[in-house]
Amino acid sequence: MRWMIEKLNIGCSTENLKEIRRFVHHTLSKLSLPDHDIDMMVLAVDEICANRIIHSNQNDNSRKIEILIEDFSDGVSFNISDQGIFYDPTGRKDPSLEQLVQEKRKGGIGLMLVKKIMDSIEVKYENPTTTFKLYKRISKQA
Amino acid sequence: MTISTDKEETIYVIRLEGELDASSSIQLDTTLQGALSAKEQLILVDCEQLHYISSAGLGVFMSYLQDFNLEGTRMVLCRMSDKVKGVFSVLGLDSLISIVSEKEEAKKQLLA
Repeated sequence: MRWMIEKLNIGCSTENLKEIRRFVHHTLSKLSLPDHDIDMMVLAVDEICANRIIHSNQNDNSRKIEILIEDFSDGVSFNISDQGIFYDPTGRKDPSLEQLVQEKRKGGIGLMLVKKIMDSIEVKYENPTTTFKLYKRISKQA
Repeated sequence: MTISTDKEETIYVIRLEGELDASSSIQLDTTLQGALSAKEQLILVDCEQLHYISSAGLGVFMSYLQDFNLEGTRMVLCRMSDKVKGVFSVLGLDSLISIVSEKEEAKKQLLA
């Protein structure tokens, strides 16, 4: 059963990440969830949006990204959609921390964080829209 | 995001204020690059006013560990909120980067 649905449509600019985080935090705050869970989900959404904005939409504010949050009885889902270049990084092997340090890579850990935080990540492409579907199972506070 | 730097005796102090994300991490990158170029040996990063960090910020710290190691530079982060520290610990980065609670503790560790 779905309890709530909230949507944000905003330009593909990293300048908007702060507003995206504010929206996710504000929406999740209505659900009586533990602060730590809220903070971690805000981070996961920020990571996917930053990735899509920079790598698939060239930080072009005239392009749009949409974040849809749905509250279910056993968890929360996030659908993040845009019409940028399709890329599914979920099958990629995660680098080790040692590799990251040795290769001096600044990127590459965003998706690792999302995988740790969320219970599932799916990527769908329906021309021309790419959607990242994140799901986090949660036992709701009374 | 505001970054200010200062020298306290032999320690190069970097103060982070605000939110460190994909939009602002370049500023930290520039600051750490500057410290590396200036051959700073002891770096203290004061995170008291750092309210958020994403992988972009973590990635910048990680990307300097190798160079700092080669140059003999030591870096300690301090006064981090539980929320920010929690992000470092998700992937176990708190085992690679020295993080302590108090500034005095950080100074002590750097000067030891």
